[in-house]
Amino acid sequence: MEAEKPIIEVKVLNKSFGENHVLRDFSLSLFQGENLVILGKSGSGKSVLIKCIIRLIEPDSGEIIIFDQDISELDQDEMDMLRADVGFLFQSNALYDSMTVRQNLEFPLRRHWTKEEREEKAEAAVLEALEDVGLSHTIDMMPAELSGGMRKRIALARTLILKPKVILYDEPTTGLDPITGREINELMLSIQKKYKTAAIIISHDMNCIRMTGNRVIMLIDGKNYAEGSFDELLKNTDPKVRDFFEGL
Amino acid sequence: MGLLDKLNNPFFQEVGDIARFTGRFFREVIKPKQEWEEFINQCYWIGYKTFSLVGITAFIMGLVLTIQTRPTLLEFGAEALIPSMVSVALVREIAPVITALICAGKIGSGIGAELGSMRVTEQIDAMEVSGTNPFKYLVVTRVLASTVMVPILSSLAIAISIYGGYLGVNLKGDVSWSLYWHQAYNALIYGDFIPSMVKTIFFGFAIGIVGTYKGYNSQKGTEGVGRSATTAVIVASLLVFILDLVAVQVADVLGLT
Repeated sequence: MEAEKPIIEVKVLNKSFGENHVLRDFSLSLFQGENLVILGKSGSGKSVLIKCIIRLIEPDSGEIIIFDQDISELDQDEMDMLRADVGFLFQSNALYDSMTVRQNLEFPLRRHWTKEEREEKAEAAVLEALEDVGLSHTIDMMPAELSGGMRKRIALARTLILKPKVILYDEPTTGLDPITGREINELMLSIQKKYKTAAIIISHDMNCIRMTGNRVIMLIDGKNYAEGSFDELLKNTDPKVRDFFEGL
Repeated sequence: MGLLDKLNNPFFQEVGDIARFTGRFFREVIKPKQEWEEFINQCYWIGYKTFSLVGITAFIMGLVLTIQTRPTLLEFGAEALIPSMVSVALVREIAPVITALICAGKIGSGIGAELGSMRVTEQIDAMEVSGTNPFKYLVVTRVLASTVMVPILSSLAIAISIYGGYLGVNLKGDVSWSLYWHQAYNALIYGDFIPSMVKTIFFGFAIGIVGTYKGYNSQKGTEGVGRSATTAVIVASLLVFILDLVAVQVADVLGLT
């Protein structure tokens, strides 16, 4: 039987900022429908990795293949089209603070839908995305009027509006209280179940990793240091791996 | 120390970066599919929202200029020349430069702070991820709007300041509007208007480019946003004076002075 083909493949990726070598020959594969967690210390290069995947940062060397396309060979238009299938949830939410929730959600549609499509279907798409995150009543509110957890949900709704096949989560629960964090984790699981999306989740929140991760990669010293399920890594005896699980 | 080493300092690096940024602006502006809706929106914000400030300042400028020059001209028995002198000074120099400086303060800092804030909160990255070219949406629209609106604001400032001058003349004298306007208008030639309008186009462009450059390349969190807004005002104001100096020289060479 033929082995399952990854939908995202990162091969021997390197990225440095001056003398700081953030990623060293880093590789990963993401398969259809799975939640892959990248665990590492703050400043270890986790966010740089997913920004390389979405081509917000150019790597120094290495290959990134998404849906069988080497992203370094895509022109801007082709990359924009690919980005419709790869959602990105920013750590800071990155909601456009001069726009209402409705305008925030409609913004990604302006590039990917025609004017006629937008006039016909945008309202329903916005409402559906807001219902998915349980915040339909905020449609005409400004981001400044929302709490931290609500902003995270709205940012997730904006990511969902184009129905991406893969979602990249950059520290989705950082800065949230444990209850709100758990609600976001549950939301990520329900999205995985409903839309059959795959996800790369950048996190160092153990509750988030335990709840949402099907597979975990430990990013240590810029490398794919250890890989396995949460429970497998929990039993790992390597001191660098153990450091992360102390007290659990 | 070689020439290349001397050039390798932060000032020249910044000049090079601004030149590259301006080059990118021209490349993006000729590419099809512009963000016209956002351009109109920016024209509204830059033009309409700055008009009251420019209008009040222009009125006071005309009034004060007339009041200040009156005693000197009176000494030489040349009181009748006040409308001509005031109108030429306002059209050629004072209204365009003061308008540009107000715009450098209000528009330059506004754009610098807005884009800087968007940069540090990852909103510009979010725009790129959503498939919208942030340079075209944020930079091109604002630079074009500033280039279009500063000359319009300057024209309005000229009209309002001439009216302010009329009020200044009548504070201590009695001149009818038609006589004042006749004298002010007759003193003006196209050689006064055209260089004035042309230089305000360059003022508007410089204000837009500097504001967007500083904001778009903002770094280091909220501190960086503040620095972007402040340096946008300083650099844009300085550029207004430098461009004004160049404009005067060019107009002189072309025989327009």
